[in-house]
Amino acid sequence: MRNLIFFFHKYYTFILFFLLELFSFVILFQYNNYQKASFLNFTGGMASGFYESVNSTTNYFGLRNINDSLLAENARLRAQMLNAYYQSGFTQTSINDSAYKQQYTYISANVVNNSVTKRNNYITIDKGSLHGIKPDMGVMSANGVVGIVTSVSEHFSTIRSALNGNTKISCMLKKNNAFGSLEWNGDDPKFSSMKFVNKHVPIGMNDEIVTSNYSTLFPQGIPVGHVYSHSLDAGENFHLIKVELYTNFSTLKNVYVIQNILKEEQETLESNLKGDN
Amino acid sequence: MIIELIKYFASFVLILLIQLLVINNIELTTYVNPYIYIIFILSLPVTTKPWHVVVISFGTGMIMDTFSSTPGLHMAAVGFMGYFRNFYLQFACSKEDYESRIKPSISRKGIVWFLVYVSIMTLMHHMVLFYLEIYSLKEFFRTLLRVLSSSFFTVLLISVGQILFYPSDKAR
Repeated sequence: MRNLIFFFHKYYTFILFFLLELFSFVILFQYNNYQKASFLNFTGGMASGFYESVNSTTNYFGLRNINDSLLAENARLRAQMLNAYYQSGFTQTSINDSAYKQQYTYISANVVNNSVTKRNNYITIDKGSLHGIKPDMGVMSANGVVGIVTSVSEHFSTIRSALNGNTKISCMLKKNNAFGSLEWNGDDPKFSSMKFVNKHVPIGMNDEIVTSNYSTLFPQGIPVGHVYSHSLDAGENFHLIKVELYTNFSTLKNVYVIQNILKEEQETLESNLKGDN
Repeated sequence: MIIELIKYFASFVLILLIQLLVINNIELTTYVNPYIYIIFILSLPVTTKPWHVVVISFGTGMIMDTFSSTPGLHMAAVGFMGYFRNFYLQFACSKEDYESRIKPSISRKGIVWFLVYVSIMTLMHHMVLFYLEIYSLKEFFRTLLRVLSSSFFTVLLISVGQILFYPSDKAR
């Protein structure tokens, strides 16, 4: 017993260090394996609130750019409106037609914290569960995909941006629907890479890459980027494609969270299928 | 004593604000991610009890984690560094240093001593941080490059800060 007390007395610093290190490893690994929802709820909106108040000041400096991008987006949306088209036929499709059922809705949000140069980058936005955001929703900007919601508190959410080693976004080449996976290698925030495109698929420079129809997070055809360079390693079955991203992550201010109304239905169906095998 | 504590608290807040609002927004490349907030741990007086340093380190890491939404990451790295700081100082400081309760700084120990001390501690911290962040050895050399270049900038910024804020032989 005396020896035990002596031992604790002699090594208490090490024991303290060891326990705390163990604790940090535990929450680190839990976080890597599961959703980090609990962590954001645990720390509350404290950090997010801090960044929001900083952001409300710094936002003024970027108003011109924000306006420009919103104007550009408005112009693009206007071009898609029904009255922008010349009526060439006699039939007119109504939005309320039962053949069209809305599958995606969008929730707009402002970025309050963002990083682009870490290996794993996260974005915090100022909308949360109160506004209908749930983990595992896709996020896009006016220009292209941004990332995936990982955790949600009442007023804030964090997004695993496309510039994150753990983010994989299902995408495809627009011209021939050859699909692959968008993964960031941590080098340059302007570029990402598209993996697992079969080598027999023809690829050209500047081919457009969009989200694929396999993902339940994004509607099909959201722009991702275009092919910047591509190569084929000897003995490899897949192309190495360097993608220039459309989204400028370092100036990101406004994003849209995508809510897929039919997502649960699709996932239930697919999980039933897995149960059968 | 109370005044000392308030001073420490103020410098802690100031250093964290500089880290979070200025340094974290340097978006040069993915290879430059300096973490200067460790200077708070590094400049604690040499006579601070080892277990105090360990607790302060983990606390600092926890706050950094809260603000960068990376649970456990900074905690593990700073805690590791704080624990080994004690051993390094025992080895690198003389008895007089302990008796006069100095804070490790350029003005007290000279620039070479300080650079060696900060470099070793920074490398230790960044090594743990960056490898835990990527969480695999898949990109070993790229991560190593990231560690080295970020450490260089951390040491540079910390030294410049020291020279700017404590230029003379102030009895600190």
